[in-house]
Amino acid sequence: MSGSTVSGGTVSGGTVSAGTVTRLTAIAALLAFAVAFPLVFTNPAVTTDAIYTLIFVAWAAAWNTFSGYSGYLSLGHAVFFGSGAYFTAIATHDWGLTGSQVFWLLPLAGLLGGVIAVPFGLFALRVRRHTFVVITIAVFFIFQLTAYNLAVTGGTSGLLAPTINFATATYNNPFYYIALGIAVGTVLISWLIRRSRFGLQLRAIRDDEDRARGLGVRAMRVKLSAFVFSAVPVAMVGGLWWYFITLVDPSSGFDPLNDVAVALMAFLGGLGTVSGPVLGALIIEPSYLYFQQQVSAGYFFWILYGVLFLVVILVLPRGVIPTAAEWIGNRRDRRRRNGAGAEDRPPATTVTGRAKELA
Amino acid sequence: MARFLQAVTDGILGGAVYALMAAGLTLIFGVMDIINIAQGILVVLAAYLSYALSVHLHIDPLLGLLITVPAMFVLGIAIEWAFMRRLRGRERVAMSLLVSYAVAVIIEGALYQIFGSTPVGYLPSYAVASVHILGFYLPYIYLIGFGLAAVALAAIYLMLYRTKFGRSVRATMQDRVAARLVGINVDRVAALTFGIGVAVTAAGGMVFGATNTFNPDSGYDLISRLLSIVILGGLGSIAGALAAALFMVTAEEIVNIWQPTWATAVYYAVLVIVLLVRPTGLLGKREARAQ
Repeated sequence: MSGSTVSGGTVSGGTVSAGTVTRLTAIAALLAFAVAFPLVFTNPAVTTDAIYTLIFVAWAAAWNTFSGYSGYLSLGHAVFFGSGAYFTAIATHDWGLTGSQVFWLLPLAGLLGGVIAVPFGLFALRVRRHTFVVITIAVFFIFQLTAYNLAVTGGTSGLLAPTINFATATYNNPFYYIALGIAVGTVLISWLIRRSRFGLQLRAIRDDEDRARGLGVRAMRVKLSAFVFSAVPVAMVGGLWWYFITLVDPSSGFDPLNDVAVALMAFLGGLGTVSGPVLGALIIEPSYLYFQQQVSAGYFFWILYGVLFLVVILVLPRGVIPTAAEWIGNRRDRRRRNGAGAEDRPPATTVTGRAKELA
Repeated sequence: MARFLQAVTDGILGGAVYALMAAGLTLIFGVMDIINIAQGILVVLAAYLSYALSVHLHIDPLLGLLITVPAMFVLGIAIEWAFMRRLRGRERVAMSLLVSYAVAVIIEGALYQIFGSTPVGYLPSYAVASVHILGFYLPYIYLIGFGLAAVALAAIYLMLYRTKFGRSVRATMQDRVAARLVGINVDRVAALTFGIGVAVTAAGGMVFGATNTFNPDSGYDLISRLLSIVILGGLGSIAGALAAALFMVTAEEIVNIWQPTWATAVYYAVLVIVLLVRPTGLLGKREARAQ
């Protein structure tokens, strides 16, 4: 175990530090910016890209709450995305929903994602590491194949959305704010989980599952809960995505590239941190869309994407947020040491160390 | 009944080729603790190499193996040296998957750029002709593929169990640190193993290209089959990969008689059922304690 420290492990009771104030101000500013965004940038091309980005913010944050915290790398979350999309499409047609009525299906889509995650998780979480990853890929392909072959999913041609008669000027706004709501909610819950006993148990499993189990962590229950939670927002944005893009087919609804893109986002920002996956999604998805639109000639942008991928993993293996946090921490330490003399640092708390206290 | 027997024969002959490709994958895993997601697209790359040699240079694909096998071997060593060797730390498992995926995306993009997305194929004379034995029609290419796979698998087996290099490979598989302590150059073993693991895709790709039409997208189908096979066989076990490949491909051929649309699902269904009973796969060892 490479001495992973829980950042912000020392919470000073009562007094609010300057760091907290800065952080809260930054979050408030970011939120205000996000809310005002479609009012400032009214160009539909821009808000369209913003909606895709928010969808991936929600997906990456949800994925990270399971994979980042527990260390179980899932490359099968597109199962929930596609299921959410197909569910919303089928229910819209069957119940004859139109306009903004369709949005009420999204909580149901999320519920369905959670329900699918229970048997999926019960089965897949029996194995670890590589085998787990491959199982998630296998389940993913089962779902994709099913979507290709069933009549209710429309086979290869997929399912179209009904025409939506929103006003052209503000057409994107409902999609944008719902995507923003899901993204913010997911990040908030992810943050709460990270601070909680449950989050600590998850990270204890990541560090050493057998030892965590020995210390009384009910590993299967904890892993499965996180897996189910992480499925819900992904299924919801899947439904939203279908209504926005107006078509789901097996290759776009169940797209293996999305799974890997989300993992890349989390890695770029910082796997297992709250803000890392958000930052990663905010960097990668817009640049992906930009590349796609600019480098339209052929498949050159695939190569660029792959190279970007390699650079991120080989140059910044721990992600932007942890690297930056360490850098700032080192500077602060140095300054403190120079100023107040030989002041001992509090010992770094490891996750298993704290799990021991809690269990 | 005749169709059933024909399906079993096809399954065994075709399964041997998958066994060869899966053996490369499982060998790399055993030595380096890495799953090479790019294995599927590397098979497609090898098929395109055979295609380019036969269509543009009029070199027979079988003869072309003299060029493609060394080429894929060198490519494998290059990938290991440039990317895989540099992965360290706690997230090494996840990072190795992502890195090999990135390599796959780059190769896929390059293939699209060069060859386009239209499916291609090449038909050497022995791909269409077949021999009639005991009431079965056996296309020569199936027999050639089976022969190639058998020879290559035997060579890998002999290399592992009869040579000094093989002993150092097995030592590295058992315990990397201890292997280093007794003087084995683990980095060299890893590079050569990766090279061998990738080189087998040259033979696999040649047969795959001669029996299917393919485009750069075919890599996904291949890798999902290969992953199912190595997990079913037990990660790191070459004998397991062989048994699993023969079983999976035969099962697919049999289901294909009645239900062609769902034949591919056999892979995942078998995988799910077997892992419910035995999470380590058929011949896998008990999973090591996660560090």
